[in-house]
Amino acid sequence: MIAFLIKRLFHALLVMFVISIIAFSIQDNLGDPIQQMVGQSVPESEREALREELGLNDPFLVQYLRFAKNAVQLDFGYSYIFNEPTTEVVLRHLPATLELVAATTLLIVLLSVPIGVYSAIKPRALLSRFFMGVSIVGISIPVFLTAIVLIQLFAIGVTWTPFPADTGWGSWLNDLITTEGGMPAYGRGDPVHVFGTWYTNFASTDGLVYLVLPAISLASIMLPLFIRLIRAEMLEVLQSEYVKFARAKGISLRRIYFLHALKNTMLPVITVGGVQIGTLVAYTILTETVFQWPGMGLMFLNAINRSDIPLIVTYLMIVGLIFVITNTLVDLIYGLVNPTVKLTGKPA
Amino acid sequence: MSLLEVNNLDVRFALRRGDVKALRDVSFSLDRGERLGIVGESGAGKSVAAFTLLNLIARPGYIAGGSIRFDGQELTGMSDRALRRIRGNRISMIFQDPMMTLNPVLSIGEQMVECLKAHRRIGSREARAIALRKLEQVHIPSPEARLDQYPHELSGGMRQRVIIAIALLLDPDIIIADEPTTALDVTIQAEIMDLLLELCEKHNVGLILITHDLGVVSQVTQRMLVMYAGRVIEQGPTREIINDPQHPYTQGLMNALPQMATPGSRLNQIPGSMPSLDNLPSGCAFHPRCGFVTRPDGSERSACRTRVPEFVASGNCRVACHMVAEMLDQERIPAEETPR
Repeated sequence: MIAFLIKRLFHALLVMFVISIIAFSIQDNLGDPIQQMVGQSVPESEREALREELGLNDPFLVQYLRFAKNAVQLDFGYSYIFNEPTTEVVLRHLPATLELVAATTLLIVLLSVPIGVYSAIKPRALLSRFFMGVSIVGISIPVFLTAIVLIQLFAIGVTWTPFPADTGWGSWLNDLITTEGGMPAYGRGDPVHVFGTWYTNFASTDGLVYLVLPAISLASIMLPLFIRLIRAEMLEVLQSEYVKFARAKGISLRRIYFLHALKNTMLPVITVGGVQIGTLVAYTILTETVFQWPGMGLMFLNAINRSDIPLIVTYLMIVGLIFVITNTLVDLIYGLVNPTVKLTGKPA
Repeated sequence: MSLLEVNNLDVRFALRRGDVKALRDVSFSLDRGERLGIVGESGAGKSVAAFTLLNLIARPGYIAGGSIRFDGQELTGMSDRALRRIRGNRISMIFQDPMMTLNPVLSIGEQMVECLKAHRRIGSREARAIALRKLEQVHIPSPEARLDQYPHELSGGMRQRVIIAIALLLDPDIIIADEPTTALDVTIQAEIMDLLLELCEKHNVGLILITHDLGVVSQVTQRMLVMYAGRVIEQGPTREIINDPQHPYTQGLMNALPQMATPGSRLNQIPGSMPSLDNLPSGCAFHPRCGFVTRPDGSERSACRTRVPEFVASGNCRVACHMVAEMLDQERIPAEETPR
């Protein structure tokens, strides 16, 4: 276990090194930082002096080493927009994004496993076919469109609905989608302070309501993907000899489905899931923009719009770090679930 | 009455282009402690027969007719819940490929204990003790350690021993072994077969051995069935069938054994291959490959092409063949004609 962690730490360092080189190269090629700092009226001689003072005329390697030395201490310089250390800016925006990703992940895990398993156990059932149909639609519609449709339906409200108003369920649905301001779709409301820069939406019902639409729209692509993945894997596992043998042993179907089959089904799903959590962080850029969710994604888009290079670089480094951490965690979990993987060098 | 009686069993697979008859009119019985061999080429319906006994055929397969009586209970049409009490408990199975049969993510102990717990009200510790004892019975070295190991840590032969131990866990009345040694190394095959035979004899367990190895059948079983294209074509005491096969197909199988060939010559084979089940020849399904459709005097026995042969008794055996029936008739004619 410890050997595994040490090995993974070296991997992580290597990955972060590569990311840092890429991030740093951007710094050198994404416009002139001096131009971003000073106004139009500053003469060329002063610009040159500033350039010299900031070390921008030094060779690439010297500049990189200086950057790396600071980066190790989590110092990536000052943000031009916010005029404060970029790490502080990112840390302030990080909790909002992480909470959105956490809520989405929860949604995906809680829904994809039962739906995927159900549609594998009963592939011909009407409900399974319905889920498969909806999931294709979900995969094909881009996140921002889903978000806009959700806002139109649940936050702004519509004037016409196909549901009959004289039935119980019809009027309930009508209420849901015709009420203006039914669901909050702007920002994250009034989150509760936990500590430091961390304000949470999970502590109050009000906060949770703010999470609903952004989380659904962020999940709209991943959830169908996972439903289909789990279904396909489960279908294959159910055909296996060991499932037949378990039946021949007289084991109950419930135990066969949820222990014998599900455990094997989840192995590839865990691997894919680890990568997808990272992708989810990337997708937050779209979701956060549509819902004006004050997280890292929205911050990153603003930073790009205004060429806030230090902030961009910091974002890239932090997201890289998140990727590395989640992948390591996923490998750890995978090793715990799959006995054929040995985390340590222990002889078999 | 026998422990297990299968009568006129019909199994079909409902496919889009129509039903395929995988088993037709299969009847046999098994007494307590008896060992029965089911022999035939691949696709003859041996495995379908095995899986049907416990109603484990997967969709689109279904039992279209016939009965399976086990210890006075009718198994066809029995609820899955009730069948579950018999599966693994009173009738257990051994599968072909030990590399695929055990669940890769559950430890050997878990897979044994869950089987015990499914059939008996028993504590984990007690179940583990029984599992350990069964592992000892199948001669697995350091059985205590094996309980906590996973299938991938065991060799193929070891895994098949574990599977035999699982099959014996609840002291069943019958074990159905579907080609239990086919996937194993030749050197281990005999070892596993001996073990299975030893344990069945010791615990008086009935064995239904499905195989295409005539050698194994002759050593292990007391009675045997020969299957062809979903039908039983010959059945009787193993020794009699092996020594004096009546059906041309059984004769062909015996001749195909490498021991039967003259050294240096080509091995004998039955010409052609088994017909696909959804496109069976008319009459006797074997007639296109049979060398006896034409009588020794040159005339043709048209019944072979037009009528499905009935079983006729020949000694202690029952054979479904027009030629055998004709020969038996000829022997009988003088005796029957005298009183007239």
